[in-house]
Amino acid sequence: MVDYPRKKGQPRGMDFKRITPPLTEEIVEGLRAGDKVFISGTIYAARDQAHKRMFELIQKGEPLPFDIGGQIIYYVGPTPPREGMVIGSAGPTTSSRMDEFTPALLKAGLKATIGKGARSSEVKEALKRFKAVYFVSVGGAGALLSQRIKKAEVVAYPELGTEAIRRLEVEDFPVIVAYDMYGGDLFKEGVEKYRKV
Amino acid sequence: MRELSVDRIREEVKRLCIEGAYILEEDVQSALKSAFEREVSPMGREVLTQIIKNYEIALEGVLPMCQDTGIAVVFVEIGRDVRLDGSLEDAINQGVREGYEEGYLRKSVCHPITRQNTGDNTPAIIHTRITEGDRVKIKVALKGAGSENKSRLKMFNPTAGVDAIKEFVVDTVREAGGSVCPPIVVGVGIGGDFEKSAILSKEAILRPIGTPHPDEDIAKLEEEFLEEVNKLGIGPMGFGGTVTALAVHIEVYPCHIASLPVAVNIQCHADRHKEVVI
Repeated sequence: MVDYPRKKGQPRGMDFKRITPPLTEEIVEGLRAGDKVFISGTIYAARDQAHKRMFELIQKGEPLPFDIGGQIIYYVGPTPPREGMVIGSAGPTTSSRMDEFTPALLKAGLKATIGKGARSSEVKEALKRFKAVYFVSVGGAGALLSQRIKKAEVVAYPELGTEAIRRLEVEDFPVIVAYDMYGGDLFKEGVEKYRKV
Repeated sequence: MRELSVDRIREEVKRLCIEGAYILEEDVQSALKSAFEREVSPMGREVLTQIIKNYEIALEGVLPMCQDTGIAVVFVEIGRDVRLDGSLEDAINQGVREGYEEGYLRKSVCHPITRQNTGDNTPAIIHTRITEGDRVKIKVALKGAGSENKSRLKMFNPTAGVDAIKEFVVDTVREAGGSVCPPIVVGVGIGGDFEKSAILSKEAILRPIGTPHPDEDIAKLEEEFLEEVNKLGIGPMGFGGTVTALAVHIEVYPCHIASLPVAVNIQCHADRHKEVVI
């Protein structure tokens, strides 16, 4: 995926699946925990405060600020962009803080989230129930991931600053399937292999 | 008496904040490269590859290595023969303000209840100490919340012993899992009182990787704890692997006969710390 261990002449990301949102049920069905995936197309950035607000809208039966059907939400709060750049550093934030809001969003049609770290059993159950997937991108790799974001536009809650909802256009955005819709769990399976206690 | 302008302190704090966000210290760079060599899990190596590539991009000075450019934690040691011409805290906060603005860093500091952002990443967390001599030493850490959130503190019974402490450290790392951006540095503060143990644990993560505690017995404990932590198999980003922590650093301080405070502070792989002596 990146240049460091790649042998000369070997093309980038040969072992990556490629997907473009909006995600259909067929796309989600084809993803398994541990799969490396490149996302190209539109995704949405939202984190803590935006989730709280969207959750409240759902509870009140009001429409969300964007059409969430088949979409991917990326848990990110970028650094400010320099002149001439679309976005600053933009790596994932801890997903578990969004856990209490996520099942409601999945029920409303959200098909995938991108963040880092393990999540609650409620989220895992909701992924199975609503046929959705949880991706992880490499935390702390905000500079690398920023280079795969080609456009960024605030679509809601500009007053939240870095926490505003943004529409991002990404190209070959590298993620790994952490939880699939079958209950597959990369963290659990991976750690089991190397645990010595 | 040595006269020192607080403007110099402002200037240095600003520089340390900006450099901290873009230039990963050599000790962390080599620890990550060595982790890549040691890691046996293919997914772990993939993650470390991205981590190394990422800090290399950040070294170019355009994109900070992580979007969470943290809250600024500043440790200042002021020699008692130094006389400042103004407010130390104001100078530090002004340095942070300018560094975060001019360095294009994220302003992540807000009111704890209203969540209203202060807009300039101030106030910093400032720890000051008066020392001998006429120098001023400033250490700045840009501390991200992902790892800070999983830090813990426990007041043990004084009879608990080393094994109980070790178990607490290992449990803390296990529960933190992949969300704290491993491979991590684990800072452990043992002793003092409630807040002293927490400050010790933060000072522990500021010690350069590869520098064991000067007390041989404590250094031995650091090795032992590190080995235990790495048996957890959490690995880079929690995908499984042999390198969960790059180092365990322990600091100790005498405590009350009735208590044994232990604090564990977790530092992600974007281990941004800088220091200067003026």
